[in-house]
Amino acid sequence: MSLETRHHAEDHPVPDPGLVEEERFSDVDEQAGQRAYRQVIGLLVAVPVLAIAFVVVYFAVPIDATLTIFNATLKAQNLLLGLTAGLAVLAIGVALIHWARQIMGDEEVIEDRHGAAAPVEAREEAAAQFAVGAEQSGLSRRKLIGSGLAGGLGIMAIPAVVLLADMGPWPTDEVRRETIEKTIWTEGSYIVNDVNQKRLRAADLVVGQLVNAQPEELFDLHGAEFQTAKAKSSLIVVRMDPASIRVPASRQDWQVDGILAYSKICTHVGCPISLWEQQTHHLLCPCHQSTFDLGNSGVVVFGPAARSLPQLPITTDANGYLIARSGFTVPVGPSYFERNSENDFEEGDD
Amino acid sequence: MAKPTTVDPEVPQGQRPQRAEPSVAATAAAGSVGWVDDRVPVSSIARKGLRKAFPDHWSFLLGEIALYTFIILLLTGVFLTIWFKPSMAEVEYEGSYALMRGIPMSEAFASTLSISFDVRGGLLIRQIHHWAAMLFVAAMTAHMLRVFFTGAFRKPRELNWLIGVGLLSIGLVEGFAGYSLPDDLLSGTGLRFVDGLVRSIPIIGTWAEFFVFGGEFPGELVIPRLYMVHILLVPGILLALVSAHMALLVYHKHTHFPGPGRKQTNVVGQALFPVYMAKAGGFFFIVFGVTILMGALMQINPVWLYGPYNPAQVTAGSQPDWYMGFVEGAIRIIPNWETHILSTTWSWNIFLPGVGLMGLLFTGLALYPFIEAWITGDKAEHHILDRPRNAPNRTALGVAGMTAYGLFWLSGGNDILATQFGLSLNAITVFMRVAVFVGPVIAFIVTKRICLSLQRRDRERVLHGSSSGILVRRPDGGYTEAHAPITQAEAFTLTQHTELPALEVSETTDQHGVKRTGKRTSRLRARLSRWYAHGRVPKPTAQEIADAGHHGEDEADHAVEPAAGTGELTSSGEPASTH
Ligand code: HEM
Ligand code: FES
Repeated sequence: MSLETRHHAEDHPVPDPGLVEEERFSDVDEQAGQRAYRQVIGLLVAVPVLAIAFVVVYFAVPIDATLTIFNATLKAQNLLLGLTAGLAVLAIGVALIHWARQIMGDEEVIEDRHGAAAPVEAREEAAAQFAVGAEQSGLSRRKLIGSGLAGGLGIMAIPAVVLLADMGPWPTDEVRRETIEKTIWTEGSYIVNDVNQKRLRAADLVVGQLVNAQPEELFDLHGAEFQTAKAKSSLIVVRMDPASIRVPASRQDWQVDGILAYSKICTHVGCPISLWEQQTHHLLCPCHQSTFDLGNSGVVVFGPAARSLPQLPITTDANGYLIARSGFTVPVGPSYFERNSENDFEEGDD
Repeated sequence: MAKPTTVDPEVPQGQRPQRAEPSVAATAAAGSVGWVDDRVPVSSIARKGLRKAFPDHWSFLLGEIALYTFIILLLTGVFLTIWFKPSMAEVEYEGSYALMRGIPMSEAFASTLSISFDVRGGLLIRQIHHWAAMLFVAAMTAHMLRVFFTGAFRKPRELNWLIGVGLLSIGLVEGFAGYSLPDDLLSGTGLRFVDGLVRSIPIIGTWAEFFVFGGEFPGELVIPRLYMVHILLVPGILLALVSAHMALLVYHKHTHFPGPGRKQTNVVGQALFPVYMAKAGGFFFIVFGVTILMGALMQINPVWLYGPYNPAQVTAGSQPDWYMGFVEGAIRIIPNWETHILSTTWSWNIFLPGVGLMGLLFTGLALYPFIEAWITGDKAEHHILDRPRNAPNRTALGVAGMTAYGLFWLSGGNDILATQFGLSLNAITVFMRVAVFVGPVIAFIVTKRICLSLQRRDRERVLHGSSSGILVRRPDGGYTEAHAPITQAEAFTLTQHTELPALEVSETTDQHGVKRTGKRTSRLRARLSRWYAHGRVPKPTAQEIADAGHHGEDEADHAVEPAAGTGELTSSGEPASTH
């Protein structure tokens, strides 16, 4: 089958005039050609100059030196290294392109195409060769070898995949209870300021104030353990006017005179929530703008999050410092498959 | 002729050790080529390859940019590995950035600071690497759009399209993995997002999360693992796919746009050696030079301003790199759907816009060539590109897809839109929820209209020439605008495309030899096919061109200066002069 027949019958109402050649200024005008030549040489001469400048900058300009240009403070070494190297490389590129466009002959070449498909003869011959090989292998008479081999290779995928089973602990019920369903908050944990690690006293909080907090125990941890614990324990403590908020019957004793504590970890995909609107008691997650009403048990008022912010039951110790009454009553952070979150607190619950 | 260097003239012929006689050509060639040629037949490859034709068009440079930025990423990436420490172990920073001295942070972050402040040229390379990554994904995307809109994905290039879709999707993974490595506040926030995304997968989500992170988020394994993914696994796959992509390109030869002398059976362009080599090589240095200048002049990812990752902190307006923006947007505007079944929760609000949308995009892209071929029944090879207007439905579909993508992407900045334009965030979100469905439909309709009117204009140009802007007074006193005839070359270009007839419903096989499976399918297919062909403006036939030519003569607008070029059309549609 020729290539032509594999195409649709071509219908050209206007006949093909054939390749059109265009004239170039630098071909017609000898001077323009000379000029292009000089330009290419000029660019190529700039390259070693810039390369040497690069080396000089590398050794001569201190790494912490700065330059101020248009009110912007730039790192001098970064700027000068980049300018010298960048312009040198650019000069090579421009020289090459200029050479190709202005000096090299610009006649186009025409190459024949051959269809991508294997020719029929090739297919027939390949099939014949295959038949010979298949015959030689004895597979046609002893078919079981083939299926045995295929089955064996297939089954070896299982050990290979099983090897990956230790990539992480298995989130069985038990493991989940100790990991994603648990924070380090326990009964009596002191609530401390996230930054200065000082315990919070109920009396020091004023209405409208929001404090980022952690359990005191967090700061005994280090490294990955610290980060993993903090990713769940981060807390928001707010004081609101008790008259302006709705506290359901079941949560009357979770608060101290309008001081309420919520998980800071968004129930959407787990960003730490940070934007507090005093007037509306709304807390907005900067990641995807889920908005929670802290004056109403943390229910979702807007955005892609589906679950209320978990509230931490709190009280005070004998000296008026805020402590947790217990850990969180539901897991913090995003929902997960193994737990039905239908009965988590929702608007209207009591 | 140069003497073969291995031959000592002092030694008489007979005493020379026996060796294979080199061919005249090989002897003439440089010694080293000869040496290699004796062992590997490079001359046989060069004989065919050196003058291979490479068609020229600006849009063919997009794929080149993708290739070159990939090479730049390999080069700069290797440089970064010399100092980067992929470890989440805690250290106290002691480097030269005074503002962070004494602060506990991961080794990954500390070593990123050290690359930025203590290694000479380190910051430059980091910034080039990051800029090149942005350009890499952007160039791949633009290149893919070029291939889509010109129909370059059609037979026999479907496999290369699939490889391209693979490259784009793993390119996103590679970029994301790299973005996560420095363990700064932004990259940690990105990882937290991935943690939630993985967790949302129905049934296996929690397991996948624990397997990816080696337990709970963030743990201490994810950065070393991402490092392996970023510098070994994915670059390896990318390299293999890029090689296959190039090999297929060479085998199929490049497509070319319609034009005089361009045929299905040939390829017209510049010879590989020397013109294309110089142009492509030069372009590599230009792309490289530009990324270096970007690294010098434009700050990117200043991690020292964000600080080390802290799971209790986030900066307002934190954004992922641009190529994840569409997912970010979809996640933001989806309603908060969650389903509860028995003891389980199904987080549609994360799964659908995250895993679902990416899956839909890449599956849709992968399947498109096959869907289109099924609708048109087109089994032929195509080496001449479509001008986008000549495939109005495809073009409209592409623009609709771009519109949806763009709207999702904009939604990813809904907070920025709200503050910049003083709008309500909620209003923008609700608007976007509707717009992502309505916008593409409008875009489809408008694009298709534009394509059809461009087709009509082409037809007009072929039949009546280009309007000259010159008013001519007719003998009867009226005025007409004179039309300048277009060149035959242009007329040929405007009429070179094929117009596939719509498929007909039939029980057995149709005129293209397509086997029918069931009547129901074939009816659906015929309907789609009819829709696909519907409304297109037929290109003029030779007869119509001839008639229009006579008509033109009557109006005597040939008085207008004839167009330059390869000769104008005469009334018969034949060239008046050929040379
Ligand atoms: C092919 C596509 C690649 C893409 C899209 C990509 C993208 C990125 C991005 C966005 C970053 C963050 C940079 C920052 O701002 O700090 C990064 C970091 C890094 N990349 Fe790549 N990269 C690629 C290939 C490579 C290769 C091949 C290597 C090594 C062989 C490499 C090594 C590194 C290292 C060591 C870092 C961390 C250094 C640092 O952040 O300072 N990358 N990559
Ligand atoms: S993580 Fe808070 S809205 Fe998405």
